[in-house]
Amino acid sequence: MIPELGEFALILALVLAALQGFFGIAGPAFKRERWTAAVTPAVAGQFVMVATSMGCLMTSFIDNDFSVRYVVENSNSALPVFYRIAGVWGAHAGSLLLWIFLLGAWTVAAAFGTSKLPREFAARVLGVLGVISFGFLLYTLTTSNPFIRLDPPWPDGQGLNPILQDPGLAAHPPVLYTGYVGLAVAFAFAGAALLEGRLDREWARWTRPWTTAAWAFLTCGITLGSWWAYYTLGWGGFWFWDPVENASLMPWLMATALIHSLAVTEKRGLFKSWTLLLAVLGFSLSLLGTFLVRSGVLISVHSFAVSPSRGEFILTFLVIMIGAALALYAWRAPQLKSEAGFELTARESFLLFNNILLVTACGTVFVGEIAPIIYTALGFGKLSVGPPYFNPTFLLSMLPLLALVSLGVHSRWKRGGFGDRGKTLLLTFAAAAVIGCGVMFGVFTGGGVLAAVGMTLGVWIVLSSLVDPIIRLRRRITIPRSVLGMTLAHIGLGIFVFSLTAVQGFTTEHDVAMPIGGVTQAGAYTFQFEGVNRLQGSDYGGVSATMLVTRHGQPVAVMHPEKRNYWVQHIVTTHSAIDMFDGSNILVALGQDLGDGRWSLRIQVRPLVTYMWIAALIMAAGGMLAISDRRYRIAQETAEEPAAAAAQGKA
Amino acid sequence: MRARLSARVLLPVLLLLAPAALAIAPTRMPTPQLEARYERLIHGFRCMQCQDESLADSPVSLAADMRRQIRHMLIAGDSDQQIRHFFVSRYGYFILFKPPFVARTAWLWLAPGVLLIIGAISAIMVIRRRTVLVKSDEEEPVEDTVRGKRS
Repeated sequence: MIPELGEFALILALVLAALQGFFGIAGPAFKRERWTAAVTPAVAGQFVMVATSMGCLMTSFIDNDFSVRYVVENSNSALPVFYRIAGVWGAHAGSLLLWIFLLGAWTVAAAFGTSKLPREFAARVLGVLGVISFGFLLYTLTTSNPFIRLDPPWPDGQGLNPILQDPGLAAHPPVLYTGYVGLAVAFAFAGAALLEGRLDREWARWTRPWTTAAWAFLTCGITLGSWWAYYTLGWGGFWFWDPVENASLMPWLMATALIHSLAVTEKRGLFKSWTLLLAVLGFSLSLLGTFLVRSGVLISVHSFAVSPSRGEFILTFLVIMIGAALALYAWRAPQLKSEAGFELTARESFLLFNNILLVTACGTVFVGEIAPIIYTALGFGKLSVGPPYFNPTFLLSMLPLLALVSLGVHSRWKRGGFGDRGKTLLLTFAAAAVIGCGVMFGVFTGGGVLAAVGMTLGVWIVLSSLVDPIIRLRRRITIPRSVLGMTLAHIGLGIFVFSLTAVQGFTTEHDVAMPIGGVTQAGAYTFQFEGVNRLQGSDYGGVSATMLVTRHGQPVAVMHPEKRNYWVQHIVTTHSAIDMFDGSNILVALGQDLGDGRWSLRIQVRPLVTYMWIAALIMAAGGMLAISDRRYRIAQETAEEPAAAAAQGKA
Repeated sequence: MRARLSARVLLPVLLLLAPAALAIAPTRMPTPQLEARYERLIHGFRCMQCQDESLADSPVSLAADMRRQIRHMLIAGDSDQQIRHFFVSRYGYFILFKPPFVARTAWLWLAPGVLLIIGAISAIMVIRRRTVLVKSDEEEPVEDTVRGKRS
């Protein structure tokens, strides 16, 4: 009964999404007041239906309803309740439902957030979101219905993949999807502006918090994924330039560019059509990522068991949505001229460089991502594009970007130059070079040019970001939250660059064969292998090793890397032991029994890798702080016009 | 292998899910130089059976055979170039994580530079147009950063 209810709710949601899309777009277009007014109830109704559907699927998982195919494929009665709930989005159909649910949540938020904006504009935003929701609902119902029954029901489920049985599954997909779907809101704002043919600085101010929020979620989602991969997969990697990773990185790069271009549009009324284009492209890349991953068109490793019809649907949807948006764009963009001017060294120029470099980086990832497809399509055979391609080509645009951050932050609008900040900038740079190289030679005893550049730039970004807040504090001038948020995000970026450089430059990795009682050295640490014990979990068995870690004779940690055998799925997994000491991550993974009491082990010492993830979270926190700035709170602003104007002036 | 495949099907939008079990294959080469070359080489080849892992991490027997082959060739005195050629002639460019720079892949390697040049040209064009407009633009934007002496 419950699965049928879920499916029925999904069909009602489809109808309501169609109405929401129609009323939202046609209402303002034909000046039908009553149509326009019907949008908000449609939004509410659609969300209730989607939430009901989500609840039904969750109930089927919790109740172990093995008459539902999707539950059979992704759950098992031995699975703890926590993973049965997270298992809802453990595979394709359920993660699509999660996508739709989150889109519904964003839409409800947008309905509240735009309630003080002009009615027609708000209706258009919700209308565009309705069209997107309609597409995804239709997609789910026609190709990936999670409520399909099995007759007769199975006695038990096939279980959730052991790799997914991790708290990471509960957190990573929902957060990442919240980011992906959030870009739909930015797209909807752009769509509404295009439909209306009006785009002013107010529009940019309305759009900014939504874009920043989506960006912050995307940042957290990617970070969680990287961290999850690092500690569950056993090989100690945190980024492999895998097509699936790239699919999340490309929208992030676009969203980052969009945030900065919106700043110019709001402040100076410039780059209007470019901003619109970025909003359209950002969401397109979200969709394209979904298409590339779902369709199986992406190099051979993804080509199994993915139904082509799923890919075709997304491609069609992509072409319609993006085609319509670009057609509207081509029609409206020429009307969006601006007569504002700026000098070469002005803030506008630096933000322009920021945008060009981020889009270039995104383009580079895109070329690498689709190169194997093109290569095969040209009849040349198969091609791999891996880290040796992405690392240097990505740096080509990232290094200039990082070098320009500090200059951009301190440049003046319009007439350019750094005023009295020129000297401060030089000083911070000199200090950064000393600290960066000092750490390199003092702590890590040497390194290449790239490491020196990376560390210096990282420190410089942090130091130069601190200049303005310190001056304000000393003069007792309040810091608007938007400025504080930007500062925090840039400090996060600096710490990220610094840590990443340390990880890339100074990681020690050893694969060793050790007898019980054997000792080996990695970096400053000594590892003593104490032996292995049998292991018994709820749905797995296996072995657990004991490794004593010391540094200069002082005990640092006792580590227990495991090798588990999940008997439901007959899968053997490696559970590395990870310990943090002095900012370094020590990772020990247990390999094979080599006989004669000897085991193969992988030992890694990665400096600062944890700070890399923390830094990314600081960036996201900066974004969230900026959103809380009072000038984005429309309600107050309309009520206290002069106060808001003053606040904006200061910002 | 089945475990891997289903993992990819299960969570395709999420991050790469590498193999459940990890191959840790400690080897000793006669000299540290050979050891370093060996490490670099096995990280640069794709395992042809599990496909999204390097030879260094792949647990399957084919990868073990290929690692042994590399070890023998290194000890026999073959250059990295010869070893790469040996594997490419058998498995094609697909086995290399680093695409080669040849006529058919030149566009891939040139694209980032070309994109950057296009970006630079557009930046120059935009800035040239905008610098002319500074005089006629009457707006005086309020600074975000605090300037000058204490007021």
